[in-house]
Amino acid sequence: MIEQVTVFIENERGRLASLCRTLGDAGIQMHALMVADTSEFGVVRIVCDAPVKASRILKERGYRSSLANVVAVEVPDVPGGLASVLESLAHHDVNVEYAYCFALNGMTVDILKVDGENIVDKLTATGFHLLQPADLYTSREH
Amino acid sequence: MRYFQPEYECISSEEMRTLQLERLRALVSYAYERIPFYHDSFDTAGFDPLSLSSLDDIERIPFTLKQDMRDAYPFGMFAVPRKDVVRIHASSGTTGTATVVGYTQHDLDVWADCFARCLVEDGATSESVVQIAYGYGLFTGGLGAHYGAERLGATALPMSSGNTKRQIQLMQDFQSDILACTPSYALNIADAAIASGLNPARDFPLSGAILGGEPSSNGVRREIEEKLGINVVDVYGLSEIMGPGVACECTRHTGLHVADDHFLIEIIDPVTLKHVAPGEWGELVVTTLTKECSPLVRYRTRDITRIITGEPCPCGRTNTRIDRMRGRSDDMLIIRGVNVFPSQIEQVITGFPDVASHYQIVLTTKGVLDEISLRVEPIETFDFDEVRKIEDLQRDIAAELKSELQIKVNVHVVEPRSIERYEGKAQRVLDLREKGE
Repeated sequence: MIEQVTVFIENERGRLASLCRTLGDAGIQMHALMVADTSEFGVVRIVCDAPVKASRILKERGYRSSLANVVAVEVPDVPGGLASVLESLAHHDVNVEYAYCFALNGMTVDILKVDGENIVDKLTATGFHLLQPADLYTSREH
Repeated sequence: MRYFQPEYECISSEEMRTLQLERLRALVSYAYERIPFYHDSFDTAGFDPLSLSSLDDIERIPFTLKQDMRDAYPFGMFAVPRKDVVRIHASSGTTGTATVVGYTQHDLDVWADCFARCLVEDGATSESVVQIAYGYGLFTGGLGAHYGAERLGATALPMSSGNTKRQIQLMQDFQSDILACTPSYALNIADAAIASGLNPARDFPLSGAILGGEPSSNGVRREIEEKLGINVVDVYGLSEIMGPGVACECTRHTGLHVADDHFLIEIIDPVTLKHVAPGEWGELVVTTLTKECSPLVRYRTRDITRIITGEPCPCGRTNTRIDRMRGRSDDMLIIRGVNVFPSQIEQVITGFPDVASHYQIVLTTKGVLDEISLRVEPIETFDFDEVRKIEDLQRDIAAELKSELQIKVNVHVVEPRSIERYEGKAQRVLDLREKGE
């Protein structure tokens, strides 16, 4: 499991920009950003090199920010690569709430929010490579 | 110290009725002789002030409305010469001409006694430090609580409202044990203390709070009690009648004990203007039995409450008890023809632990129809990582409101701390509706 920064923002011009600027000014490197949007608000999900620090800084600046535990899986960079990961999860009775992909250092990484019992065991059983915090974070500052 | 004036707080109801009738008879003659408005209104209604022979006769006396006080602006309702007026208070006048109320020294003495009774009901003694965070000035909250605290022999700490950081600092430095302010400001103080890393339930020396000036739901009261770790009592009063101290709960929370020796209360149906059956909800009507400068006869408060019937309060007080205010007939919103009290909405919100108690109601016009939206903030620990959870919360609140109010409310979960905080009376309703001609 890795830590993802989640931020709740209202749909307002410049709100996402100022969020990113806040993190940039704090020297935080984002690896991936995904916005789940509705007509009124957005939930911004960020994978970055210092999630604890990022969440703390955002809170200090008045954002509603939290940390969520998500799974980062290295996906084979071939057609059907993600499909085989998801099929395997379905086979092991793991429910996926949401997912998004990004590239990092030549790897293709899929972030999955999953629920169910013994997730890590089940994922390990699938045989896929799970990224560890050390693969993504340069900072573990609390 | 159990009572401040047991001779009036624990009197038999028979004796109290005798005292009230005696005072009411004196009052109606006094008002008739000294205030032209009452001379005219009694004559017009064919009411002879000398004809009053029982308390039930009160239904023959015409009402006094807020507008009557405005029409008399500024001093037309004063019953004493100006040399006897030692203080003046006035309403804010935000919704029209201000209402002006004058006090003789005797009026101020009665007021101080009434508020001192309330403080004792909240557990205060002459040893207490009473932190008064009501606004001081023309508004009656600050000075009313202030002189009540001094009358009790307690220590008054005249903070006024605002400067929340200093409130928190001095509360600890001076060991305040009673907080007097509006419910929304009490919550504001609690939240500010928590945000600064304190645990008010543990770190504040408070043992009680006496809150008034605006209605608050049971849920908000519970939240204040939990955050501050104390017992909260409601105090009632209107600037037109006197100020805070007309009625107050004791820590048993069985209703607000009315100062019957100074105020005669009735509950009427706001449409038929007749007395409701005992225990039924209706509009509170107050007659001031002892006021010298600005007496009021059958003043329609617009506040909705009821008389508590049944077992007497275990505290030993025998006074009439009224329920906590359910709202004001003035605050009543008419949305698509449905009567809605903001307090009903607040009651629903407090049933959802995932949202904070700050909220805003926004009224707009869509086509020819009224639209009502509710903005709420999620609590700090709400897990919003999945959009579905936010949407579920919005849908669940909307469903609950629909079943409570019979109208559709658009519920919006908004960013934390984006709803304005208030230091005085909360402005919960934003009415942006187009006014029809």
